[in-house]
Amino acid sequence: MINGYVQIALYLGVLLAFAKPMGWYMARVYEGKLPALVRWMVPIENLFYRLCGVDSKQEMRWTQYALAMILFSLLGVLAVYGLQRLQDLLPLNPQGFGAVTPDSSFNTALSFVTNTNWQGYVGETTMSYLTQMLGLAVQNFFSAATGMAVAIALIRGFARHTLETIGNFWVDVTRSIIYILLPISTVLALLLVSQGVVQNFSAYQNVPLVESASYDQPKLDASGNPLKDASGNAVTEKVVVKEQSIALGPVASQEAIKQLGTNGGGFFNANSAHPYENPTPLANFLAMLAIFIIPAGLCYTFGAMVGDTRQGWAILASMTILFVGFLAVAEYAELNGNPAFTALGVDQTASAMQSGGNMEGKETRFGIVNSALFATITTAASCGAVNAMHDSFTPLGGLVPLAQIQLGEVIFGGVGSGLYGMLVYAVLAVFLAGLMIGRTPEYLGKKIEAFDIKMASLVILIPPLIILGGTALAVMLEAGKSSVFNPGAHGFSEVLYAFSSAVGNNGSEFAGIGANTPFYNTALGFAVWFGRFWLMVPVLALAGSLAAKKRIPASVGSMATHTQMFVWLLIGTVLLVGALNFVPALALGPVVEHLNMK
Amino acid sequence: MLKELRPAIVSFLLLTMLTGIGYPLLVTGISQVVMPDKANGSLIVKEGKPVGSSLIGQSFSDPKYFWSRPSATSPMPNNPTASGGSNLGPTNPALMDAVKARVQALRDADPGNQQPIPVDLVTASGSGLDPHISPAAAEYQLARVARVRNLNPNALRKLVAEHIEGRQFGILGEPRVNVLELNLALDAVH
Repeated sequence: MINGYVQIALYLGVLLAFAKPMGWYMARVYEGKLPALVRWMVPIENLFYRLCGVDSKQEMRWTQYALAMILFSLLGVLAVYGLQRLQDLLPLNPQGFGAVTPDSSFNTALSFVTNTNWQGYVGETTMSYLTQMLGLAVQNFFSAATGMAVAIALIRGFARHTLETIGNFWVDVTRSIIYILLPISTVLALLLVSQGVVQNFSAYQNVPLVESASYDQPKLDASGNPLKDASGNAVTEKVVVKEQSIALGPVASQEAIKQLGTNGGGFFNANSAHPYENPTPLANFLAMLAIFIIPAGLCYTFGAMVGDTRQGWAILASMTILFVGFLAVAEYAELNGNPAFTALGVDQTASAMQSGGNMEGKETRFGIVNSALFATITTAASCGAVNAMHDSFTPLGGLVPLAQIQLGEVIFGGVGSGLYGMLVYAVLAVFLAGLMIGRTPEYLGKKIEAFDIKMASLVILIPPLIILGGTALAVMLEAGKSSVFNPGAHGFSEVLYAFSSAVGNNGSEFAGIGANTPFYNTALGFAVWFGRFWLMVPVLALAGSLAAKKRIPASVGSMATHTQMFVWLLIGTVLLVGALNFVPALALGPVVEHLNMK
Repeated sequence: MLKELRPAIVSFLLLTMLTGIGYPLLVTGISQVVMPDKANGSLIVKEGKPVGSSLIGQSFSDPKYFWSRPSATSPMPNNPTASGGSNLGPTNPALMDAVKARVQALRDADPGNQQPIPVDLVTASGSGLDPHISPAAAEYQLARVARVRNLNPNALRKLVAEHIEGRQFGILGEPRVNVLELNLALDAVH
């Protein structure tokens, strides 16, 4: 037990210790005041701009910034779709996989471009090495950089005044990649290889099994139809397997940016539960650190760029408090295990000899503590990598990931998207406080007016609309219901989770749901797109509106937004809005299931 | 619109080459030179031939071996080309049936043993490839393996203890036993 607390405290301690240096570095990068360590790369950066025809001094209005961002993303969709459809003709396909189906390619392209990385496919039997590294991994970088750029644009909206522009999208994206994402990923990838994450271009490795395995498969007639015996039952034949075919690939390079960019799309189907993606507890620790390090750092970046680091600490404090609360619920629920197992003579008690608890869908090396911790991190952020199967969590343990996604992933959140989401909540919080005391709300010296609140409302209201609407549609249609895997309330949770994860650009799943169907590929494809860009565009509009405003000096009537009171106000706003939107739906899923569990 | 088209296309191509070709090749190059064993799958090599991977579990059902975690991969357990868990929900009757059957199989293989069964031994792992079991799960099976192989239980316990990996740096993760390595060692001494 003590060890569990130590592991969690160590994680939070290391994370928070990194927040300031990381945030300071990012602020320097985006302000163009590069530290000496990376200044040698400036000529490379400038060469980039020359080739691209970008004037790095030329800033953009928010509309132009949004247009550039959407163009960049559309190119990504085309590239990833094309690579999947043509992979059978392209190199680096040692297993000879065929082209991916059109609906799955569409879904995967949108999903990776929007930083969702929802996976309806099985990586190790679908995607060639080229598709993984040139299509999917590249979007891991690009979608992360896009999110960071939008967050920086919003910060500039607060930091500057009476200006029409919010920065240059091409500069922000290029700097995000070459100074932040690429160097850290390279170091992280090599650390992961040192733990056993594979990195090669070899064909799958066959090894002999110590004990051969066998299974029954349906016998087929000459034309490939299943044979039936006289009474109409399928005829099966026994297949004996003496070898194991071990899937390999350039995994570490993709794994590093998958976590650092809060993407979460696994190279393999089992994602970070797979021993080749996440082989040791240290690899797991580094993965969890990578997920939160940029979101935590960006809070400090925000404070530094608006000229008052206390503002950033207040945001980070709100996030950390919310995170610890959700983590406690997940750990408690999973450690308590499944009461039905105990009656069968199964020992779920934690001891020095075993982690105990609900081990269905979890890995021995991570046990309960690191599985529940990872699940809470990956859904607080919009990462969506999983080191344990969320579908098999206890009802309350599974409620935590679901609820965190539905709150908009503002608890640390995705790279960039977490901070801009939380800042939108901060705008809403000062607005609510202003209503209560009858004053014009202001945040960081900016008057919050009708247009700003409209944009903030869009960001807050669009996700529940699509999540709840999509879930309602899916559970009414046969095409939606037929993919559900688990019976009862849990089956409803699977559908609710799917739409929450898609709109929240998370990408984790209650993976029992058979989502690789034309219905889900299409519906969730649109959900990830709207969940991303219908929020980013209003955020940029908000940035533009704020940048153009005058800065008003603080007066006795101004509410301080770095105080403990503001931290709790912000937490309250996040929880209140989330509860109003989602409690009824959650009641039908995990809550009913919990009450039914004996 | 057109004004942004050139930067969009050119930066897309340049950054794709950097992150999609340069970066993975650099990482592959360094890994293959500095740590080829890890980068190629931590294979266990005997007499020049790979006999398994220390990171990829295998399935065992013979009482003379320590059994691995149950695996929900299809069509056979521990299939590394179809990794994944069962995704059975906590209240799904199919999960209860599966656990019941696994409890029964363990009891049948070791009739006298009435100890409670460690949970990891009757629940499917997340990857379907989990190479480890808990020390408790190894201890539960120890008497059976010793009996079938005519080994002194204490000598076997010593062998198992040698295969327990503690928490990393004494803190991270959970103690565990690598099943394939343990069984290969058993076959080697026996």
